[in-house]
Amino acid sequence: MESTFQFDWQAAINSIPFLLKGIPYTLLISFGGLAIGFALGILFGLLSINKRWFMRWPATAYIEIFRGTPILVQVLFIFYGLPDLLGGPIDPLTAGIAAIALNSGAYISEVVRGGVQSIDRGQTEAGLSLGLSRTQTFWSIVWPQAFRRMIPPLGNQAIVSIKDTSLFSVIGVGELVRQGQVYIANTFTAFEVYFVVALMYLCITLSLSVGLRMLERRGVANI
Amino acid sequence: MTQIVKMQGLNKHFGELHVLKEIDLSVEPGEVVVIIGASGSGKSTLIRCVNGLEEYQSGQLLVDKENLLPKGASQKGLATIRKQVGMVFQQFNLFPHLTVKKNIMLAPTKVKEVSDTDAARLADRLLDRVGIATQANKYPSQLSGGQQQRVAIARALAMDPRLMLFDEPTSALDPEMIGEVLDVMRELAKEGMTMMVVTHEMGFAREVADRVIYIHEGRIVEEGKPEAVFDNPQHERTQAFLARVLKH
Repeated sequence: MESTFQFDWQAAINSIPFLLKGIPYTLLISFGGLAIGFALGILFGLLSINKRWFMRWPATAYIEIFRGTPILVQVLFIFYGLPDLLGGPIDPLTAGIAAIALNSGAYISEVVRGGVQSIDRGQTEAGLSLGLSRTQTFWSIVWPQAFRRMIPPLGNQAIVSIKDTSLFSVIGVGELVRQGQVYIANTFTAFEVYFVVALMYLCITLSLSVGLRMLERRGVANI
Repeated sequence: MTQIVKMQGLNKHFGELHVLKEIDLSVEPGEVVVIIGASGSGKSTLIRCVNGLEEYQSGQLLVDKENLLPKGASQKGLATIRKQVGMVFQQFNLFPHLTVKKNIMLAPTKVKEVSDTDAARLADRLLDRVGIATQANKYPSQLSGGQQQRVAIARALAMDPRLMLFDEPTSALDPEMIGEVLDVMRELAKEGMTMMVVTHEMGFAREVADRVIYIHEGRIVEEGKPEAVFDNPQHERTQAFLARVLKH
């Protein structure tokens, strides 16, 4: 079979305004979800290294469950499954943010755990020996150092989560991929439109990478 | 005068391992006690018990009249003790994310709620005292090992401690930097600071110590004035140890 396909630049350009409408949703779900995920990650990451088993156990369960199941299943469960339990519908945007939050939170918990555990015990001992409480020692000595080490894996997780939002087209949030699908349904220009969609994801993730690299360079300069 | 440290029948176990055995030891105010012994003899563990970095299982430990209870007991006095007891570590343990000056200011501002201005002034004074006033705004990684250890001493002094613990303060240093750290410690001893020092620097021990304690396998084997311990050791263990370390 011979292909007579030619890339239609005009079709690609024409799709841009419509696709751009998806970007606020993509960004909102990504960064809204990641912000909550970060909070969950700090909470469960720190619980997972607690000495007491009844603190550690729930954290480990949370991490294993949300790392061990596909995010697509998670969002379908939240959007289609939970309303049965709650007795009312959940709007797709909320479902998307919740899925990113819970899923990234599990991965970020592991990042937090690794970051904190990588700080030498001597740092804690020095803080305690100076009379600082355990809490003061943690937040003014261990955490700032751990956080700097966490920046690269956190950036990694942010990029993964941004891309994960593309799956939420299945619950009908008007994010980037969903906008593309709707547009293609009318114009049949799949090649061009998905190409533009891919470029738009790349723009978001690349700017994040560059920003993080700058932050990292400033942060670790002295360690 | 009342002792700053008073240990009676102190025992410590790491699981099966009996690290400290029936330790009786007291330290008078102004006294410099140097603890020597082979590695693994329990000498570091001993001074780490004094500020509660290590727990012990039985016996009694009084630090500055506060009762430091064995493992499992509540530790109300621990915070009070740590405010009065400074510690200098083998690996310096400076805070790498803070400048030299901020390293010193941290504890006074957080624990004693000293104002930033006063803490900064205190830091300048202490850095001057340990001879590195010009390095105040550098980060620890920009300093030599000897300088870092002097910052660590200044950091401990910032809490105005009644007792200073030194856990092999020169063991991680290049030979040419040992002198500058020992000089600061010598100065401190001369000013009347109460000190417990774990070290392999026998010259320093002989010169500065009021009392030398030799530990072998978790037990105090010999103790006395430096001349007595170094020149006329009574116990064969001490003789063997000193023969080994003084040869080079």
